[in-house]
Amino acid sequence: MIEEERKIVIPGEVIASGEDYLPSEGTERQGNDIIAIRYGLAEEQNRLVKVISLSGTYSARKGNVVIGECVNVTFNGWILDIGSPSNAFLPVSEFPKYVHADELEEFIKIGDIVAAKVMGVKRKSIDLSVKLRGLGRLNDGMIIKINSNKVPRVIGKGGSMINVIKDETKCNITVGQNGYVWIKGDTTEDELLAKNGILFVTENATINGLTEKLQEWFNKKNKGGKKNE
Amino acid sequence: MTTKEKTFKRPDGRKVDEIRTMSAKVGVVPNADGSAMFQFGDTIAIAAVYGPKEMHPQHSQNPATGTLRCTYNMMSFSVTERIRPGPSRRSQEISKITEWALAPALKIEQFPSTVVDVHISIIQADASTRCAGINAAAIALAHAGVPMKDLVSSVSIGKLDKQLVVDVNKDEEDWEEGEGATDMPFAFLSTQDKLTLMQLDGNITPKQYKEAMELARKAIKQVYEVQKKALKESINEEQ
Repeated sequence: MIEEERKIVIPGEVIASGEDYLPSEGTERQGNDIIAIRYGLAEEQNRLVKVISLSGTYSARKGNVVIGECVNVTFNGWILDIGSPSNAFLPVSEFPKYVHADELEEFIKIGDIVAAKVMGVKRKSIDLSVKLRGLGRLNDGMIIKINSNKVPRVIGKGGSMINVIKDETKCNITVGQNGYVWIKGDTTEDELLAKNGILFVTENATINGLTEKLQEWFNKKNKGGKKNE
Repeated sequence: MTTKEKTFKRPDGRKVDEIRTMSAKVGVVPNADGSAMFQFGDTIAIAAVYGPKEMHPQHSQNPATGTLRCTYNMMSFSVTERIRPGPSRRSQEISKITEWALAPALKIEQFPSTVVDVHISIIQADASTRCAGINAAAIALAHAGVPMKDLVSSVSIGKLDKQLVVDVNKDEEDWEEGEGATDMPFAFLSTQDKLTLMQLDGNITPKQYKEAMELARKAIKQVYEVQKKALKESINEEQ
C-alpha cells in the first residue's frame, strides 16, 4: 500500500503491489509490482501511480511555452536550442507575418532569444509556433536559467507565485517550461530584484506556504531599500 | 606479518567478509546534470553525468536508441607514485567495462540519437577503483533523472592464497604468499540479482568461483543500502 504523503523513491524500488494500481509517468509494471524507473517523489492519484522527477533534463510536451536560443537558420525555418535532448524547429509557416524565403534572418537571427509554444513532439523532433500573443523574439531584458523541474513552483497555483513577483517588481516576466526565464523591467534594479525573487523560490521550493514567505521577503527587501534612500 | 594461521588475518584486521567503511554523497558536482561520490575506505570515486544530449560526432548517433558513454580516469595524484594523466590502455578498458556494467540498468530507448555521458574520476586509489566508480556512476545516473530499471552495485572479491575475501585493498591486491592474489570485480543489478560485470585476474577453481559469487551477492546488498541512503538523504537535505 502507498502512504498518503509523497515518498522519495529510487529506480528499481517497488512503489505499489497488486493489480489495483496502474503505472503512469516514471513507473513501470514488473510482474505484480509497480516499480519506479526514475528518481523522485512517488504520488498516487485514483489508483494511478506516478513519479515526479526532481532532476534531469527538460523533455518537451505539447502546449508548453518555452524560451530558446536560435542556433541555425534554414531555408524554411529556424532551429532553436531549448535545453532538451534534441533541438526544436520553428517553421516559417508558424511565424505570424509573411516572411520571404530570403529574409528569414531579418526576423530571427542566430543568437536571438525566442519564446515559442510547443505544437507537437515526435520521437526526434519538436515543432514550435510563435503565432500566439506574447510569443516571438524577445528584445532587451535578461534571461536566467533555473532547474526545469522547479518551474511549476515558480509559477505557483494559477500563477499565484509569479504574480507576486510581477506585482512587487513591476517587471514583465515570461517563464519557459524548459527553465529559461525572461525578465524585462523599467530599470536594471527591478530586473535584479525579480531575478533574486525567482532564485529565492527555487532555493526554497520544498517549503510549504512559500507564496506568503515570498511576500515577506519582498516586504523586507523594500523596507531595506527605502532606508538606504 | 601474518603467515598461514588457522584464522585468516587480513593486513588491515578486517573480517574476511567485511567491506571497508563505505560512504556516498549525491550532488557533488554542481554543474553536472547529476553527480555522486562513492568511497570504499581510501578509494574515492566521483562520477558526473551529463545528458541525455545530442551525440557528437554525428556519425556515432544511433537513431534506434540512446547511447551510454563512460570515461574512467585516475587523477595523477590518486596513487603514491604519480601516474601519467590522460587515457591509457587500462583506463580505456575500464571505461568500456563500466559502460557494459551500467547499460543493462538504463532505459534510454526513448532518447534516440542522444548520448548520456558519464565521467568517473578516481581522486584517491586503494584498489577496487572500478567498483567504486560503478557505484558512484549508478547513483549519479539516478540523480540526473535518467530512466533506469534498477541501480547497479559493485564489489570486488579477492583470493589471498586460498582464502576468499570481500573488498580488496592495495595491500591485499599485491599479496604474494602461497598462491598469490586473485582479484574479481563483480557488479549486479541491485534488486534483481542479475550479474552485469565479472572479471577475473588470477587463478581460481570452479568450486571457489561459486563461493566467490555468493560472497559478492551478499556484499552488494550492503553497498546498495549505502547508495539508497545517499539518494534518499539528498532530498531531505534540500527540505
